[in-house]
Amino acid sequence: MSILVNKNTRVITQGITGSAGLFHTKQAIEYGTKIVGGTTPGKGGTTIEGVPVFNTVEEAVKSTGANASVIYVPPAFAADAILEAADAGIELIVCITEGIPVFDMVNVKRYLENKKSRLIGPNCPGVITPGECKIGIMPGYIHKRGHVGVVSRSGTLTYEAVHQLTQLGIGQSSAVGIGGDPVNGTNFVDVLTMYNNDPETEAVIMIGEIGGNAEEDAAAYIKEHMKKPVVGFIAGRSAPPGKRMGHAGAIISGGKGTASEKVAAMEAAGIRVANTPSEMGSTLYQVLEERQLLEKCKS
Amino acid sequence: MNIHEYQAKAVLRQYGVAVPEGEVAFTVDDAVQIANRFGGKAVVKAQIHAGGRGKAGGVKLARSLDEVKNHASELLGKVLVTHQTGPEGKLVKRLLIETLTDIKKEYYIGLVLDRSIGRVVMMASAEGGMEIEEVAAKTPEKIFRESIDPAIGLQGFQARKLAFAIGIPNELVNKAVKFMLGLYQVFVEKDCSIAEINPLVVTGDGNVMALDAKLNFDDNALFRHKDILELRDLDEEDPREVEASKYELSYIALTGNIGCMVNGAGLAMATMDTIKYYGGEPANFLDVGGGASEEKVTEAFKIILADEGVRGILVNIFGGIMKCDVIANGVVAAAKQVGLDRPLVVRLEGTNVDMGKKILNESGLAIHAADSLAEAAQKIIQLVG
Repeated sequence: MSILVNKNTRVITQGITGSAGLFHTKQAIEYGTKIVGGTTPGKGGTTIEGVPVFNTVEEAVKSTGANASVIYVPPAFAADAILEAADAGIELIVCITEGIPVFDMVNVKRYLENKKSRLIGPNCPGVITPGECKIGIMPGYIHKRGHVGVVSRSGTLTYEAVHQLTQLGIGQSSAVGIGGDPVNGTNFVDVLTMYNNDPETEAVIMIGEIGGNAEEDAAAYIKEHMKKPVVGFIAGRSAPPGKRMGHAGAIISGGKGTASEKVAAMEAAGIRVANTPSEMGSTLYQVLEERQLLEKCKS
Repeated sequence: MNIHEYQAKAVLRQYGVAVPEGEVAFTVDDAVQIANRFGGKAVVKAQIHAGGRGKAGGVKLARSLDEVKNHASELLGKVLVTHQTGPEGKLVKRLLIETLTDIKKEYYIGLVLDRSIGRVVMMASAEGGMEIEEVAAKTPEKIFRESIDPAIGLQGFQARKLAFAIGIPNELVNKAVKFMLGLYQVFVEKDCSIAEINPLVVTGDGNVMALDAKLNFDDNALFRHKDILELRDLDEEDPREVEASKYELSYIALTGNIGCMVNGAGLAMATMDTIKYYGGEPANFLDVGGGASEEKVTEAFKIILADEGVRGILVNIFGGIMKCDVIANGVVAAAKQVGLDRPLVVRLEGTNVDMGKKILNESGLAIHAADSLAEAAQKIIQLVG
């Protein structure tokens, strides 16, 4: 088991003929992901990297039976691409695109309320289940199959955490980047719930950052429902207020969304929070040792 | 993106949202001429991108043209320090000259994204003129909210509920509703990130209008608003941040002495945090993006080195898809090109990390390689003293 994606996930790439779409499609195929096709309006009927290209997602789903899509469409058209995927009945939509207008995402979120699709992102590295399926831009080789779930608002910090775990001999069940935008499809609580219900996951690393209150909501969920140990890290302890720190959603506004509030909420919920990103792996290692889960997680 | 009050009021006016009559002045003569057209009496308001101008002496009442002249002379060229500008303050280069308004009562109206539900929320309060954060902290029950379904937009009943809740006089509720619906239309059509009317006023002659107006815009949506983009005032922005944005580098100037260059926003923040954790002070936030190409690294070095407060640089790159040896070559080439004259610590991790470190160590440059971020932070702190 794992969450969201596995070896049976059938993926199409939206924007497959663009440079990012093509590059990462190649990488995903190399990793072993079942990429079954792609879309680029106007390029339907052609073939690229050995997979068929379609004009619309609807056609792609009909021909290939795809149940997941990954979006590498430029920001001005990305919201439309998400809507198209949802309309075609895609179950899992992973949007990598950074820079989508916030109001486009407000509309997308509203549209998805009545759909069965789950959106991951936007502005995220994607989702991976090591050894089975890689959807997104993360480097595949740093991952190792195992029992620790990773969930994060930041791409490179996800890689840091995964890399540290793998170096320590601890594998991952799945790793999910939920993205750095203020309005996203899937939040910490959604992913934590999945890890909580996944028999293969024994512990979770959750990486948050300044802005909003998703980490506080996650802390409340963990305190109330989480059966498995969670280790955390929050980026932005030194961030000045009122400045957008790279990610559209990473901003302390009106004195709210500070790192210290988030760390306090997480610690109050029993989450061990690492002081520096270098200590994410070792902190989890320690917790696994204390809970006598290390042996299982290192196997 | 932020704009000035006079620009925000011009945008509101386009949508039929009531604002006092006013014009921008760049010189004392302009100010006097505008006030003359208004009958000699006017409010003189300093235009800077920061709130708290009133308390800082940036808003003056003039009852004669002589007073207009005096106030305009005093404010133009003055450095105004408000609680939002920081101690260095902001230089006043523009004034808004506005007709006097007969204020009966002040209110607050704001539109903002509620991230937890992914919808826009209109907030209203009878505590006009006070900062909404202060009201929220002290008397949250005095703030009323309506969340807006984007499929149908703000509805009349919602605006009415808010107007009655904050005590708009019955006979003016319809005008207040029209104001709120117009403000929401501006917010959506112009892709605002914040629209704040503080205060909204009820006047002696029975009008409801925006005495002050703050509009911020979603940077990601500016590509579809050329008219708004033209309102950008580069004087209000840090020149280094403006330069960095030309190369699609995400840069924010801070006050420390250790320059940072990192790939990824989360890792860039975490790098600053780690420097601070070990007792140092970061000089900036800088995300070179996923690629970290030689060209981008070169531009990033130039921007960091242009800051004379920078005594040393920490480069922290997680090489994933982009391999460490490629990044190391880029860093070395960039360092040579810019004539690096300050200590540089590089922490590389990821694909081909050993090759990357070898390239750095054999470059002949004074580059210190570090294994972990913690080690890198401690090294650079030691080097800058």
